[in-house]
Amino acid sequence: MSVAGGTAPRRGFDFSRPVLAAVMALLVVLIVLPMGWLVVYAFSSPDGKPTLGNFVTLFTDPDFVDPVVTTLTIAVSVGVICCLIAAPLGWLVARTDMPLRRTVRTLVMASLVTPPFVGAIAWEMLAAPNSGLLNQLWRALTGAPSDEALLNIYSLEGVIFVIACYTFPYVFILVANALDRMPGELEDASSMLGAGTWDTARRITVPLALPTLLAGALVAFLQALNLFGSPAILAIPAGFNTLTTKIWSLFGYPPKLELAAAASLPLLVLTVFLLRAQAMVLGRRGYTVVGAKYGEPRLIKLGGLRIPALALALIVLAMPLFLPYAALFNTAFSPVASRLVSFDTLTLKNVQFTFVGLSSTWPALQNTFFLATTAATLGALLALIIAYIVARKAVPGHRALAFLATAPLAIPGIVLGVGLFLGYTRPPFTLYGTLWILLIAFITIELPSAYQQLGSAFHAVHPELEEAGRMLGASRLRTLADITAPLLRSAVIATWCFIFVAVIRELSAAVILFTSETKVLSVLIFDLKESGDVGAIAVLSLAMVAITTLVIVAANRIGGGRAAARLAARGAG
Amino acid sequence: MYRRTLIQAAALLPLGARVVSAAPPPEQITPELIEAAKKEGKVSYYTAMDLSVAEPMAKAFEAKYPGIKVRVERTGAERLFNRVAQEYGSKIHAVDVINSSDASHFLPWKRQGWLAPFVTVDMAENIPADMIDPDGLYCNQRTHLSAIAYNTKLVAPADAPKGFKDLLDPKWMGKLVKGHPAYSGTIMTATQQLSRDLGWEYFEKLGKQKVLQVQSATEPPKKIELGERAIAVDGSDYLFWMYRDKGAPIEVVYAVEGTPLIHNPMGIFKEAPSPNAARLLFAWIMSAEGQSFIVDLSGQFPAHKKVKAKAGRPELSSIKTLKEDPEAVEKQADEIKAKYARYFKV
Repeated sequence: MSVAGGTAPRRGFDFSRPVLAAVMALLVVLIVLPMGWLVVYAFSSPDGKPTLGNFVTLFTDPDFVDPVVTTLTIAVSVGVICCLIAAPLGWLVARTDMPLRRTVRTLVMASLVTPPFVGAIAWEMLAAPNSGLLNQLWRALTGAPSDEALLNIYSLEGVIFVIACYTFPYVFILVANALDRMPGELEDASSMLGAGTWDTARRITVPLALPTLLAGALVAFLQALNLFGSPAILAIPAGFNTLTTKIWSLFGYPPKLELAAAASLPLLVLTVFLLRAQAMVLGRRGYTVVGAKYGEPRLIKLGGLRIPALALALIVLAMPLFLPYAALFNTAFSPVASRLVSFDTLTLKNVQFTFVGLSSTWPALQNTFFLATTAATLGALLALIIAYIVARKAVPGHRALAFLATAPLAIPGIVLGVGLFLGYTRPPFTLYGTLWILLIAFITIELPSAYQQLGSAFHAVHPELEEAGRMLGASRLRTLADITAPLLRSAVIATWCFIFVAVIRELSAAVILFTSETKVLSVLIFDLKESGDVGAIAVLSLAMVAITTLVIVAANRIGGGRAAARLAARGAG
Repeated sequence: MYRRTLIQAAALLPLGARVVSAAPPPEQITPELIEAAKKEGKVSYYTAMDLSVAEPMAKAFEAKYPGIKVRVERTGAERLFNRVAQEYGSKIHAVDVINSSDASHFLPWKRQGWLAPFVTVDMAENIPADMIDPDGLYCNQRTHLSAIAYNTKLVAPADAPKGFKDLLDPKWMGKLVKGHPAYSGTIMTATQQLSRDLGWEYFEKLGKQKVLQVQSATEPPKKIELGERAIAVDGSDYLFWMYRDKGAPIEVVYAVEGTPLIHNPMGIFKEAPSPNAARLLFAWIMSAEGQSFIVDLSGQFPAHKKVKAKAGRPELSSIKTLKEDPEAVEKQADEIKAKYARYFKV
C-alpha cells in the first residue's frame, strides 16, 4: 500500500514528474492566467493606472446597483421556489407509492436536457402577454379583452419562474437521492414507538432531509446568480438588467473591459463563498447515514391521494417539459408562431430555411461538433490524469492539482469568458478569434465535474492492481494505460458524453468569446433571438435537444445509467 | 539590394497616396475577376439586413456565379461595428464586404484606412453621385425607413396614431414595441434624427410607456405580425410591408413629424480575405440585377437609377422624411446609447 509517493523506488525513468509539471502548467494557463487578468483589469482605469474607481462605479451608479439588487432578488426567489417544488416532489417519488413515480423521476431529470435559454424562448412563445399561446387560450376561455393577459413573461416574476423551471430539477435530484439513502430503521423505530405515518414524516424524515434541501437551495441560488441566457432573453425586453446581462452589455461599443472585470468579481467571490457554505452543509449530512447498511426506506401509502399527487407531479412537469416543447414544435411547423398549427397550416418552411437558407447553420454545427468532441476528448483525458495523480497521491503537489481542477466550479461562465477574453487577446497567447479559445473555455468549465466523476471512479479501482503492475516493472504511465484505464472505461465514456452535452448547450462564455467565424450553435440561436427569427430558433433548438438526448441515451447504455444523474453536477447557460 | 528596394518603395509612396485619395477609375467586371473570385470560392458578407432578404440575395448570387459560397453574417449594425472593431483589434481579417444600416460607421472605417476603393462602370453611370463616397470607398446599397406600424386587429384604423407624439398617449401604455439603438443601426440613425427634431424629452416620456424593448429593427415587425404588441414605434419598413403582403394585419404609418430615413452603405475591406469575390459580390449587388432582386423581394428603395421601386408601395418622394446626418450620428453615438439606457433602463 505504501509504494505510492515520491519515495517509491524506480526502475528507469518515471514520467510522472514531467507529466505533473505539464498538467500544472496547463492548469495555470487555463485558470490562473485569465483570472489574474480579470483581477488586474478590475483594479485598472482605462489608461492602465491602478484604481478603485471601477468598484465605486459598481456600488454607487444606479446602472449597476439596480442589476445587483435584481440579481439577488432573482437568486433568492429561485432558491426558495426550487425548494418548495423540489422537496414535495422528491418526497413523492422517493418515499410514497405514487403511481408512475419512476417515470416522473426520469422526466424531471430529462427536463435538464433543455438549455435554460431555449426554455426561456419557449416560455416567451407560451406566456408573452398578447401573442403567448397560454394567454390566447385564457382569453378564448374567459372572453377577456385582447389587451388583458393572465401571464406576463416579460417581468421579474417571469424571469424568476423560467429560471426556477430549469433549476428545480437539480434540487430535486439532490433531495430524491438523499431520501433514497435515508435509513429506513429510523422511521421503523419511530412507528414502533407509536408515531403515525405523518408524524414520522414530520419528525424524522423532514429533519433528516433538511441539510440536503439547504444545499439544494444554494445550488439553485448559484445557478440563478450566474445564469446569462434566460435573463438576456426575458429581462432586457422587460426593461431591466441582471448582473450577467450588464456584464455582457459592457462588451458593446465602446467596450468597457475594466468595468466588466470589476462587475465579474462580486459574482466570483459570492460563488466561492457559497460553494464553501454548500460544502459545509453537505459535510454535515454525514449524520443521516451513520451506520453501514440500512433497510429499504418504507413507502408511505397515499391512499386516496395517489391520483391527486400524480396530477400535481404532472402539472409541475408541464412547466419545464410538456408546455415548452409543445410551443417549440408549434413554432417550428407553424407559419406564424402565435397561431396553433393544424394539418392545413403545417409547413416545413422553417426547417427548410434553417438547414438550406441560413448560411450560418452548417458552419455553426461544424464548429459545435468540433468543439464538443475535442473538448470532451481532451477534457476527459486531462481529468483522468489529474484524478489518477490525486487518487494515488502519485507525486508531491497533488493537493494543489486537486484544488486547481476543482476551482473552475467557482467561476461563472460569463466571468470565465471575460477573463479569457482579457487573457488571450494579447501575447503570449493570442487566441481570440480561434476555436482554441472556446475550447479552453469549455474544457475549463467542465473540468471540475469531469474530475469529480473520474476521481470517484478511481476510488473504486483498487490500487493493489496498479501496484502489481508497478512491481512487475511497468512504468506508472504504462500501468495506467494497461491496467487502470480499461477498468475505468465506462466512467471515462460517461465523462466524455457529459462534457460533449455540456459544451453543446454552453452559451454564457461562448457569447463573449465567439467571432463571426467561430460561431457555435448556442450563439447562433441567441443571434437569431435578437432579430426575432423564432421559426429558425425553434428548429435549431429542437435539433440541439435531439442531439443532446441521443448522446445521453448512448451514455446511459455504455456508462451504466449514471450519466444523466451526473448532468446534475453542473448546469450550463 | 535591400537598400535599393527601400528607396524604390519610398519613391512609390506619393503615387500610392495620390491613388488612394482620388476617386478610383471605374472598373469593368472582367472574366479574369470572375475567374479569380471563383478560385477564392467564398466571400463573407456582413450585413444588418433581415435574413429573409439577405440570405435569398446571397443564394441568387451563388446561382449566378456557381462555385462562390456566400457566408451571411447578420446582426445589428451596431453589433457589426463592434465585431469588426474587436476582430480587427485582434488582427482577425474575416470580413470581405460590409453593409451597415448606420451610415456613420463608414466614417471611422474610412479614416482608419480600412476600406478598399471600388466603383464599377455601371455604378459610375447609374448610381446617383451623392450615394457614392467621393473616394469610391463605399456606396449606398439601398434605402429604407424606420416607420411606425400597427396591428389592425388590435388597433382600429380610426384610432391609429398619426405620428410619434401620438404614441405618448396613456392609452398606448404597455402596447408599444421598439428596437434598441445599441444593437440596431436603423434605430441608432432614427434615434439621432428624432432626438434632434423632437428633443430628448420625447424619449424620456416614451420611456415611461412600458415599451417592450427588443433589439433589432427587424423584430418590431415580427412582434406586430404575432400580435404581441399593438404598435411598433420603429422598425424596418420593408418588413412591415412584406408581412402585410403575406396577409398579416399590419398598416404602416408615415409620421406627421416625418419618418427617419436610413441609407445602407456597403464597402469592401482592404484586408478582405477574398478580395476578388468581394468585388464581384459588391458589383453584382449594385448592378441592376442585384438591385432588382432586393426590390422585388423586399420593396426597399433601390440606389440604381434604372431599377424602379416596387409597385404598390408609396413612392419615397411622397413620404415626408427626416434628414439623415451620419457625421452627427458618429459624434453622438455614445451619448445616444447612454441617454437611451437611462430613459429605457436597458
